[in-house]
Amino acid sequence: MTEKIVLNMITQRSIEEGVAMEKGKTTPEYFEACSVVEMNPEDMKALGIWRNTNVRVTSEVGSVIVKAIEPTQYCPPGLAHIRQGVWANQVVPPRTQSTGVPQYSGFPVTIEPVPSEKRKGALELVQGAVGLWRGGK
Amino acid sequence: MPKIVTDVGCPYCGASCDDLEILVSDDGKKILEVYNACAIGNEVFHHASSPDRLKRPRLRQPDGTYQEISYDEAVDYTAKVLLKAKKPLIYGFGSTNCEAMSAVGRVAEKSGAVLDNCASICHGPSFLAIFDNGYPSCTLGEVKNRADVVVFWGCNPMHAHPRHTSRYSIFPRGFFTEKGQRQRKMISIDPRETETAKLADIHLMVQQGHDYELFDAFRTVLRGHDIPDEVAGIRKEAILEAAGIMKNARFGMIFFGMGCTHTDGRNHNVDIAISLTRDLNTVAKYSIMAMRGHYNIAGPGQVWSWQFGFPYCIDLTKGTHAHMNPGETSSIDLAMRDEVDAFINIGTDAGAHFPIDAVKHLRKHPFITIDPNICMASEISDLHIPVAVVGVEEAGVVYRMDNVPIQFKKVVDPPEGVISDEQLFDRVYLRICELTETEPTWIPAKGHAKAPVTAGQ
Amino acid sequence: MAEILVKNGYVIDPAQKIDGDVADVAIRDDKIVESVSSGARVIDARGKVVMAGALDVHAHVAGPKVNVGRLFRPEDKLFKSPEAQPNYRVEMGFSVPSTFKTGYDYARMGYAFVMEAAMPPLHSPHVHEEIHDTPIIDQAALPVFANNWFVLEYLKKGEIENSAAYVAWLIRATKGYGIKLVNPGGTEAWGWGLNCLKLDDPVPFFDVTPAEIITGLMKTNEYLGLPHSIHIHQNSLGDPGNYTVTLDSLKLAKGMKAKNKFGRTQVMHSTHLQFHSYGGDSWANFESKAKDVMNYVNQQKNITIDLGCVTLDETTTMTADGPFEHHLNALNHLKWANTDVELETAAGVVPYIYDKDIKVCGIQWAIGLELGLFTKDCMRTFITTDHPNAGPFFRYPRVIKWLMSQKAREATLETFKHRDKVIDATEIHGIDRELTLYEIAQMTRAGPAKALGLAGMYGSLAPGMDANVAVFNLDYKKMPSNPEKIEQAFQRALWFIKSGEIVVKDGEITSHGNKRTLWVNAKVKENPQVVRDIHEKFIKDYTVNLDNYPVRDYLAPNPFVIDVDVEA
Repeated sequence: MTEKIVLNMITQRSIEEGVAMEKGKTTPEYFEACSVVEMNPEDMKALGIWRNTNVRVTSEVGSVIVKAIEPTQYCPPGLAHIRQGVWANQVVPPRTQSTGVPQYSGFPVTIEPVPSEKRKGALELVQGAVGLWRGGK
Repeated sequence: MPKIVTDVGCPYCGASCDDLEILVSDDGKKILEVYNACAIGNEVFHHASSPDRLKRPRLRQPDGTYQEISYDEAVDYTAKVLLKAKKPLIYGFGSTNCEAMSAVGRVAEKSGAVLDNCASICHGPSFLAIFDNGYPSCTLGEVKNRADVVVFWGCNPMHAHPRHTSRYSIFPRGFFTEKGQRQRKMISIDPRETETAKLADIHLMVQQGHDYELFDAFRTVLRGHDIPDEVAGIRKEAILEAAGIMKNARFGMIFFGMGCTHTDGRNHNVDIAISLTRDLNTVAKYSIMAMRGHYNIAGPGQVWSWQFGFPYCIDLTKGTHAHMNPGETSSIDLAMRDEVDAFINIGTDAGAHFPIDAVKHLRKHPFITIDPNICMASEISDLHIPVAVVGVEEAGVVYRMDNVPIQFKKVVDPPEGVISDEQLFDRVYLRICELTETEPTWIPAKGHAKAPVTAGQ
Repeated sequence: MAEILVKNGYVIDPAQKIDGDVADVAIRDDKIVESVSSGARVIDARGKVVMAGALDVHAHVAGPKVNVGRLFRPEDKLFKSPEAQPNYRVEMGFSVPSTFKTGYDYARMGYAFVMEAAMPPLHSPHVHEEIHDTPIIDQAALPVFANNWFVLEYLKKGEIENSAAYVAWLIRATKGYGIKLVNPGGTEAWGWGLNCLKLDDPVPFFDVTPAEIITGLMKTNEYLGLPHSIHIHQNSLGDPGNYTVTLDSLKLAKGMKAKNKFGRTQVMHSTHLQFHSYGGDSWANFESKAKDVMNYVNQQKNITIDLGCVTLDETTTMTADGPFEHHLNALNHLKWANTDVELETAAGVVPYIYDKDIKVCGIQWAIGLELGLFTKDCMRTFITTDHPNAGPFFRYPRVIKWLMSQKAREATLETFKHRDKVIDATEIHGIDRELTLYEIAQMTRAGPAKALGLAGMYGSLAPGMDANVAVFNLDYKKMPSNPEKIEQAFQRALWFIKSGEIVVKDGEITSHGNKRTLWVNAKVKENPQVVRDIHEKFIKDYTVNLDNYPVRDYLAPNPFVIDVDVEA
């Protein structure tokens, strides 16, 4: 058991994200579909967490709190996946290798358990980042 | 009596299915039922019928709240923002029709803006590779009718293009492929065992970020040379087996996705995929295709290529020329260098899909969202202009992932008073002409929707 | 009512057999008329040449493969695009210009009509989208047929009536103009990476030969009585020694009679003949067979041709001849794009540099011009560059210069690194013929108008014709001794009036004009079998639904529809 684990992060599309996005990005469905990190049970074990524990994911540009879940599509140890969208983009490095495309996949993140912290909603994250968040909680 | 509208196009993914059937209420206003669509397409149509659709533009007030304004006011605001900015960026277009992409060309040229589309953060590297190496490809019907080997590299159609395998690539029975799936070998190359990988005959679980090496290994063995015992996490025997299947195809197909373009190597991954396709054409017939994400994200690449000669990252601020240099004129790079001083988000959601640092930079300046729905971008904008949903409330041409134009239908009317993207851009253009006291120039061939009725007559 | 009088120019109008008479041309609204009132706007053309607006019978200017050429060649824009005219759209690109630049440059050269030479039917909405973004010029497009599965199946069984019913439907559905053939059978074979290089090579699976396809579509065309004849890009394009295949396919027209009400007399238009007039059996002994080919064309009156002249530029090749582009790519190793189109056709695109210091390029240059200089009938021989394949369309003035001036030809020949080898492999060096303005007007106006069945609208200055009038800075009585002046004069018209509107003045665009899209509405008796076949193939083989396939009316918002009623 360790305090932290370093994994290789990818952020890609999933059908759960697609359906929820079309329903609306402020819906609970979108929140549940996208504020999760999929990681191999071995890595969870190494981190000393059960599934469905909240974790803080930190990259070179920032951090976000998401819920660690077992992969719906098999992820090998060492690889982690946050479905594309608001939570993923809190940690995606904007460096483009001069191509225009950010490093959406293949960047190192540190993951640590934060069982007592809450995930933020999509609006809170995005509006909060630009100083427009006025909501409670 | 509710009526069925048939042959409806689906405004979701790049598969651009055009076989949906929609049950519409008696008064032609509400969508009751959606047939043939995937789960996501289904949601698009039902969401359009939602009672909380916005009907008027909203302008952010000093206290941070939104207040409804008229379309005229929104048009005026947008025109003035574009004129005032030295280098406005107009970005998006994954989810609108080609008519809007054509109309915005005129606006961007007149106001001296940068035009960019979602390819900039998706298949932009594929364009870079195509510039260098070409694009031996085909329409999806060729895959359906001929393909006996299909490779999915760094893409997961079972999630991102849910009907792709059933309509085009794996399951359908075609003219030379009467046995459907039984006649096709399917290879998946992905660092995860995705739903697509589970469906495949062979799954090579490539080490994430090492695609280039694996492509290179394929090229090497196909040219008769030896490779190390393991490449990119894949055993030599597995590579030889897959290469053997690929070589023995009559008609082979390589589909690739964000797994190649979003990670290290980017355009180089696609470049070598194209080279592999070229190599394979010396022993069999092979094509390659980018799995484009949105139903009309191929559209701006087409429309702007015929108007400006470039598919994306088009800097029109010089006035006399169009200039393209991805890395310099691409949206994320422009944002991160803080080089644009106004931002229009149209037919996409940069608020959710740009890295948050890029969003923060863009938000320092006037920020306008044009979108039928509430999204992240709309909720941080200065102005949100709701528009009709293309493919549901507005007809138009869209380009499928294989660049085949599909003429999408209109199924129901938009909420009363809500205008289309195309109408909005034409009105902004006319307003810019008024403000600059210049004559609008129309190409007469667009006369159907383009007569400058408010100006000049 | 707008009236214009083009006064006192040297009028050259072969359709009326007028050769340099000083005369006035009167215009009311969009037509040429006998006379106009004294209030008409007067354009002084004294000492200048006046011709009808020109017609381009074959150019790739709109549609998917043209756009692939634009998209995948950013270098075609870099330092090669002129500055935009104030208040007009930007003009990007060289060998594959944007739609705006295409319309503007044709207008600047006095062109009124341009035929898009190959429309993949599945992509016809794209072709029409580009056409409606191309200002000023009138356009039409030829759908491709010679590798279409319906056609292959009907012609295999010799069913001309069914073929005609299908062809009529497809021309209507795509808002097309006529029947284009590209590498008959060979492009379908390319679906499997193969080709048909000879007229009796059977198409894999379909088991029909190129000769049967050509003959069958020729019969189909005359059965329907379309304004244009079949328009064919023959098999074995670009191969040394291909002139025998060319002659074999031209001979298929023997004995065929044109049947139509449009004044067309040919049954076959053989396009970009330069690429099909090659001798030798390798690039080492590659030589011109222009004379052999033109000897046949000259005596066979029911054939028209266009040249496909090489202009010695860096350009972009593009054709529905998919296997040819793959082959070309193996020669030059530049980037290669290809699009196979389900059930219908294919296309390939490869950049190409016609380098004056490469022997083969020099020979190709000579062959294109030889075809024009060996012709005995300029009413059946038209100027093209197969834009952009042998060179960009805005080089037509240069081609005209070469055709009109031996001095210009020799000057170009002198710049070749392999001048002597080119001279040995061709006849260009010995030809002293210099075409006249009258002959040039036949090759660019009266001739193509007649071949397209459009002689009632275009290509002449007779009263009743569309008011397309170009004024060039050339003195008919005193032609310049410097051939460069000829090129300059045709590059930028002094005036060009298109459909009665002044669209060019002093070589600059002055208006977006009144553009139209021409298409043919061929009506045949309902054919239940063909209707059934169409439904079945759309259900089983196509990936687009039948209901979404025909081009919707709004995409061609300024149509000029030519009705053809087929009695039978």
